Amino acid sequence: MSDIAERVKKIVVDHLGVEESKVVENASFIDDLGADSLDTVELVMAFEEEFGVEIPDDAAEKILSVKDAIDFIKANASAA
Amino acid sequence: MRRVVVTGLGLVTPLGVGHALNWERLVAGQSGIRAITGFDVSDLPAKVAGQIPRGTGEGDFNPDAYVPVKDQRKMDDFILYAIAAAQDAIKDSGWVPQTDEERERTGVMVGSGIGGLPGIAAGAITMHEKGPRRLSPFFIPSCLINLASGHISIQYGFKGPNHAVVTACSTGAHAIGDAARLIMWEDADVMVAGGTEGAVHRLGMAGFAAMRALSTNFNDTPEKASRPYDKDRDGFVMGEGAGVVVLEELEHAKRRGATIYAEIVGYGLSGDAHHISAPAEDGNGGFRAMSAALKRSGLSTGDIDYLNAHGTSTPLGDEIELGAAKRLFGADMDKLAMSSTKSAIGHLLGAAGAVEAIYSIKSINHGVVPPTLNLENPSESCLGVNLVPKVAQERRVRAALSNSFGFGGTNASLVFKEFA
Repeated sequence: MSDIAERVKKIVVDHLGVEESKVVENASFIDDLGADSLDTVELVMAFEEEFGVEIPDDAAEKILSVKDAIDFIKANASAA
Repeated sequence: MRRVVVTGLGLVTPLGVGHALNWERLVAGQSGIRAITGFDVSDLPAKVAGQIPRGTGEGDFNPDAYVPVKDQRKMDDFILYAIAAAQDAIKDSGWVPQTDEERERTGVMVGSGIGGLPGIAAGAITMHEKGPRRLSPFFIPSCLINLASGHISIQYGFKGPNHAVVTACSTGAHAIGDAARLIMWEDADVMVAGGTEGAVHRLGMAGFAAMRALSTNFNDTPEKASRPYDKDRDGFVMGEGAGVVVLEELEHAKRRGATIYAEIVGYGLSGDAHHISAPAEDGNGGFRAMSAALKRSGLSTGDIDYLNAHGTSTPLGDEIELGAAKRLFGADMDKLAMSSTKSAIGHLLGAAGAVEAIYSIKSINHGVVPPTLNLENPSESCLGVNLVPKVAQERRVRAALSNSFGFGGTNASLVFKEFA
């Protein structure tokens, strides 16, 4: 399952253009990694593509950190 | 009325990046028009365009030098080109506002004719193939025309007037003229103004080809395709890029010891009220725009040494503009040099007026008028007119007039004068 964490982190690094070392599990997209609200929408879309899951808007609103993303995908991605 | 001068120049064109390098290549008679390589043109009748040379060589456009990679996918090419040209122009001007007030007195007006056509095309395909949930949140802001001005203001903290012109091929000229007036009317002290276009794309090429507006007879010899006033001209050549100037109130520029390239002394606007794409046969719209610009400048036709023509290389348009110029200049036509730099870079649509304004200013600064390339056999109507065929000419340029005419019958003329 650590594979999920690595894949999530890679997407975050690519989309937000931040250094890998900063993408720790408790990092907040907006507060720690410089994302704005549109960036977070796009991040969620990227997670959906990568893991073949659908993340409804109400769930997406709660994905605020790297850990939130990893947890959601672990709980919902069948093919991951 | 307050006087307005030009203190910064930025160019991203098919001839390359930078106003000095552009001028060098333009005057040397080089062409930036090449076969299209970025997308499939096998089913398109027009297969050549003025494309931005991308890379890391001298004069090449390297987007990474202007915008972080992660942000590049949030903007279509027209925004990228505008940011690059604006950064170069602002750096060139040396204007760095230090106070909130100075930032609030600095505005941006960069327009585009078409905006994010490639992004809209890609968005429509995503929508069709994958549905609305897969559409990027950056789809709209990457395509909106005024986001060029938006990005520039955000990057620099320029909090003055933030505006964008959309008048097809007159966009760049209107933006510079209107921005100068904002300074004259004290809405701002400094304006970053110009035009940008990034529509060399299958949809853009196909759209203009459907209007039978593009050159199709020179697909095997791209550099010959744009040939304003030549008998064999058969349509315009698409181009892309951006031209941005820094305009500044004269005393403001003097106080900080800025380099002054020229003074903008005339601006004239008119409408054809005739047809969505064809100019009125009598050239009345262009004539009135030029007349109005000249009147505003306080100069007479004998004071204008160079006319940078709209001259797109279409059979009808070139003839009509020439007729209007002859009527306006009368006997002074003998002394005038008139050329179309679209022969070297193609038609940059919304960027054309701004790029050509910069070329006009450079002609004043260097005492050289750039050539009309490929003018092998001028049309009969060109007899006795110095269209600067094929080779640049050295001559003093005290003042230059630049024309831009757009679809919908929208015309703009600018007059720049040497600053002594």
